[in-house]
Amino acid sequence: MTNFPFLSVLTLLPLVGAISVACIPRAKAELAKIVALIWSLVVLVLSIFMWVAFTVGSPDRFQFHEKYAWIPSWNASFTFAADGIALVMLMLIAVLFPVVILASWHDVDQSKRSAPTYFALLLAFEFTMIGVFAAADVFLFYVFFEIMLIPMYFIIGSFGSGQKQYAAVKFFLYSLVGGLFMLAAVVGLWVIGGHTFEFSALVDAAKTFDQDTARWLFLGFFVAFAIKAPFFPFHTWLPDSGGAAPAGAAALLVGVMDKVGTFGILRYCLPLFPEASRWFAPAAMVLAVVGIIYAALLAVGQNDLKRLVSYTSIAHFGFIGIGIFAFTTQGGTGSVLYMVNHGLATGLLFIVVGMFVARRGSSLVSDFGGAGKMVPALAGVLFFAGLASLALPGTAPFVSEFLVLLGTFSTNKAYAVIATVGIVLAAAYVLWMIQRTTQGTLNPALEDVPAMKKDLSLREKVVVAPLIALLLVLGFYPKPVTDVINPAVEQTLLDVGTQDPGPSAVADGKAGR
Amino acid sequence: MALSLEYAPATGVLSSVWLLVAIPLASAAILLLLGKRADKWGHWLGVLAVASSFVLGLIFFLSLSGLEETKRSAELSLFDFIQVGALKVDFGMLFDPLSGVFVLLITGVGSLIHLYAVGYMEHDPGRRRFFAYFNLFVAAMLLLVLGNNYVMLYFGWEGVGLASYLLISFWYTRPSAATAGKKAFLMNRVGDAGLAIGVFLMFTTLGSTQYSAVFSGVTSLSATTVLVMGLLLLLGAAGKSGQFPLQAWLPDAMEGPTPVSALIHAATMVTAGVYLIARSNPIFSANETLQLIVVSVGALTLLIGCVIGSAKDDIKRILAWSTVSQIGYMFLGVGLGGAAYGLAIVHLLAHGFFKANMFLGAGSVMHGMHDQVDIRRFGGLSKHMRITWLTFATGWLAIIGIPPLSGFFSKEPIIAAAFEREVTWQAWVFGLAALLGAGLTAFYMTRLFVLTFHGPARWTEENKHPHESPALMTIPLILLAVGSVAAGWVMSTTVPEWLTPVLGGEEGEVHGVLSHTVITVLSLVVTVAGAGLAWSMFRKGTALEPQPAGVLVTAARRNLYTDAFNEAVFERPGKYLTRALVYLDAKGIDGIVNGLAAAVGGSSSRLRRLQTGFVRSYALSMLTGAMLIVGAFLAIQLGWLA
Repeated sequence: MTNFPFLSVLTLLPLVGAISVACIPRAKAELAKIVALIWSLVVLVLSIFMWVAFTVGSPDRFQFHEKYAWIPSWNASFTFAADGIALVMLMLIAVLFPVVILASWHDVDQSKRSAPTYFALLLAFEFTMIGVFAAADVFLFYVFFEIMLIPMYFIIGSFGSGQKQYAAVKFFLYSLVGGLFMLAAVVGLWVIGGHTFEFSALVDAAKTFDQDTARWLFLGFFVAFAIKAPFFPFHTWLPDSGGAAPAGAAALLVGVMDKVGTFGILRYCLPLFPEASRWFAPAAMVLAVVGIIYAALLAVGQNDLKRLVSYTSIAHFGFIGIGIFAFTTQGGTGSVLYMVNHGLATGLLFIVVGMFVARRGSSLVSDFGGAGKMVPALAGVLFFAGLASLALPGTAPFVSEFLVLLGTFSTNKAYAVIATVGIVLAAAYVLWMIQRTTQGTLNPALEDVPAMKKDLSLREKVVVAPLIALLLVLGFYPKPVTDVINPAVEQTLLDVGTQDPGPSAVADGKAGR
Repeated sequence: MALSLEYAPATGVLSSVWLLVAIPLASAAILLLLGKRADKWGHWLGVLAVASSFVLGLIFFLSLSGLEETKRSAELSLFDFIQVGALKVDFGMLFDPLSGVFVLLITGVGSLIHLYAVGYMEHDPGRRRFFAYFNLFVAAMLLLVLGNNYVMLYFGWEGVGLASYLLISFWYTRPSAATAGKKAFLMNRVGDAGLAIGVFLMFTTLGSTQYSAVFSGVTSLSATTVLVMGLLLLLGAAGKSGQFPLQAWLPDAMEGPTPVSALIHAATMVTAGVYLIARSNPIFSANETLQLIVVSVGALTLLIGCVIGSAKDDIKRILAWSTVSQIGYMFLGVGLGGAAYGLAIVHLLAHGFFKANMFLGAGSVMHGMHDQVDIRRFGGLSKHMRITWLTFATGWLAIIGIPPLSGFFSKEPIIAAAFEREVTWQAWVFGLAALLGAGLTAFYMTRLFVLTFHGPARWTEENKHPHESPALMTIPLILLAVGSVAAGWVMSTTVPEWLTPVLGGEEGEVHGVLSHTVITVLSLVVTVAGAGLAWSMFRKGTALEPQPAGVLVTAARRNLYTDAFNEAVFERPGKYLTRALVYLDAKGIDGIVNGLAAAVGGSSSRLRRLQTGFVRSYALSMLTGAMLIVGAFLAIQLGWLA
């Protein structure tokens, strides 16, 4: 099974699925949904096989290597390969898409838009997502990085709510600007890296890069990734997009797509420009820490549930950022695990918020109030998602947040301490949101909304159950995932040229006492 | 202290200690997942789960006591929880004399309170949910005391915080309950953040978070590191235990059902801070400044609690401030160190009995009085609730320290230990503070007792027929009353001895500034004086409305302005800050970016067109991008850049 071309098949499957769903006539909306769900489940099954086939502890960091000719004159090729970091992200994608497709089942029913188009766009989006994480050729990565905008642009612009057009264009322009910076850097990398786009060849060539050039190229990549992630102060597109996108798509937007930014930093910035990464680290740390506190405070002040969740994500990306630039095994592994856990937790949060919004017809916090009385189970799931979001022990995000903070503390005490304040703010925005929506006296307006009388349906239970289960299992037993991530992070830190500091008391003891 | 500390691996029955946590956790999960289907029998499952944990705990305790004293511990690693780089965290447990007594307290008193709650919550439609949360609490609390490393402790630590939140805001449709729950969780999280940073510091200095490695390595740390580490742990402890400056949440926590106040906010969870410091005794004993700070926090808080408790009229809030104050005594004890560690634990256990007893007694009173909580509206209940009255009386006599009830054996030695501090001024300051506290405790507890059970009836119209509670509620009261009477005497010598392997041995004869006999006499004198004063003031009842009062009483009624301080310094500025930031983010940062885009685009009208989403503009930007890409590659192909 290990010779099976997992990555290319995995990339192409949803594309074929998207085309087949798009061909279904508009009148047969149910069929389109079922076909889309089946395709996403096939991707999930194949991903599980790939997970099993991946050899943990193998000396090869990259596995499932595939290479097909593409543009020989540029030395660009369809090269796919996955290390532990890419593997866990692919797994996250494979899990989230079927869940989101099922969660979005009735999202288009009320609108004049075509259901097959919507579900085809979701599958097309899955295709670009898998591609961007599976690519091992910098040019191929760049192409996926750009084309992933297109399905999401249409999802927000055509199927969103509120200021959807504004949000879609803003989303597109921000990413495009970032993409242009990256394009310049990709070209520059090709020039100084020996006219190749092959990731492994470029890493080997990285030692010979001129210091100033490398710093400029780092910046080109970093700006693109910082906009995508997004880091403060490039974040203002996310609340607009997250607020306007359909809830399921928003879950994918922050759960998966934004991870391309942090993944890109880990995968491309650090190994290709190690010296520049170390040089820029303090600045990146400051942006990340500011983001943690700033976005958390903003989340406290939001009156729109979807925007609120978007801001919490910006704060979470700050945590991922400090973990990456702490340059410790715990920080790095914590960051990657954070990407996975955040995808599950915030994905769940967005989906549940979507269920509330679908019932109430509004995403404003002030339109709820005391909803727990009417939909106790749904309110319970919202509470659980909130707990995962504030990284309560027992839920998966605790492990990643703990690792990130601990790993950061060992090299950057001050930043870690400030970031830890973020966990208090996280409790504040989650609990205040819970209080204003589900607790307190019942908002009389809710009783006039018939949909608010229906608690979780069977379909909704099937949607939330796997995410809840995964969050709990990984909260108690994260080892299967950390074992996969660890070697790749260790290799990355080797590329960067940093080492974990040993315990200081023991080190002092050797030196002096 | 030994340089290398190792715990014996768990053998025999002791290798099943994980069951203690697993049983209540499983029960909680069943109750939550089955939903309404479990409404009929769910509460009994809840009681059964905690009772089985108690029986198991007793078996484990006996089997531990059967081991040789030097090997009296059982460490069990269930699986690798986190293993990344040099960080290795066990999902592991440690059953030793210290965790043993906590297990018995939590499950023993817990079982009685669960039983009581079956009766107390009988008419509440959310009873099953209540028992699910209650079981969840027991599981988390047991994990907290059974962990063999600081990460496990933190796991349980936040777990009990969650359960406490859920139970405080159990009646979530009441805005006050929802607010109180949130306040408790937030103030706890401030402490949790401190604890977390303390754990990070342990890892970076000692390379481990396991108890054995940390305690063995303390001697290799600099004094400053120990001080900082200890202060961080103390912040965590203060948050969980309602100690200064994080005490304000605990009285508000009384919004929860009374059994919650008894179990979580009196007998067990709030004593977790004391457990943390006692468990970390190698750290705290290693730095005198640190100990002085702990002692100061304890002494200050015990006085704060007494003063405010004397001015309140809500029966549960008086008991809550009394809890704050009594835990102050325990902090005083663990801060004094040495033999006083054991004394603090004895007081903790004794307090668990008599405070749970009185809280449940208060619940019984409320049960018979239409949920009235104002002691000005009670009076003369002794004739109508004989059992509640008698059992409450044992709690009252126990807490004020009348011999031979338990408080006498547990509190008086702490007062004596405070007078034994080596530095003379400290001995006087802390000794007198503890003594003054004893007098005040006697005053406000007697006021509570007299106004509730004696004097003329001052009932409101709807409360004309007070009645005794059903047997389900009175039986736990009677058992807890027995504990309140006997526990102190039984435990005063056995428990410190039992805890010696964990907390260190007895010190030699210490001479304080006053002899022990003088202190005993003095504390009895202030107690009797305080109680007598209150009895004479309130035996004929009290005014039904708040009376104008002096500066001190007004301040005490307003919680010594700590709530006002928090509101003025944190809450209001925080609200303004978030509002200002929301504005700034929309107008400032986003505005700058939009403005920049406008400037680059040459005119703001073009931007407006983008914002309204003309497809033309979108196509234009796509085209620009594509052209740039192609142009760049042409440039390279043609060698302009290479």
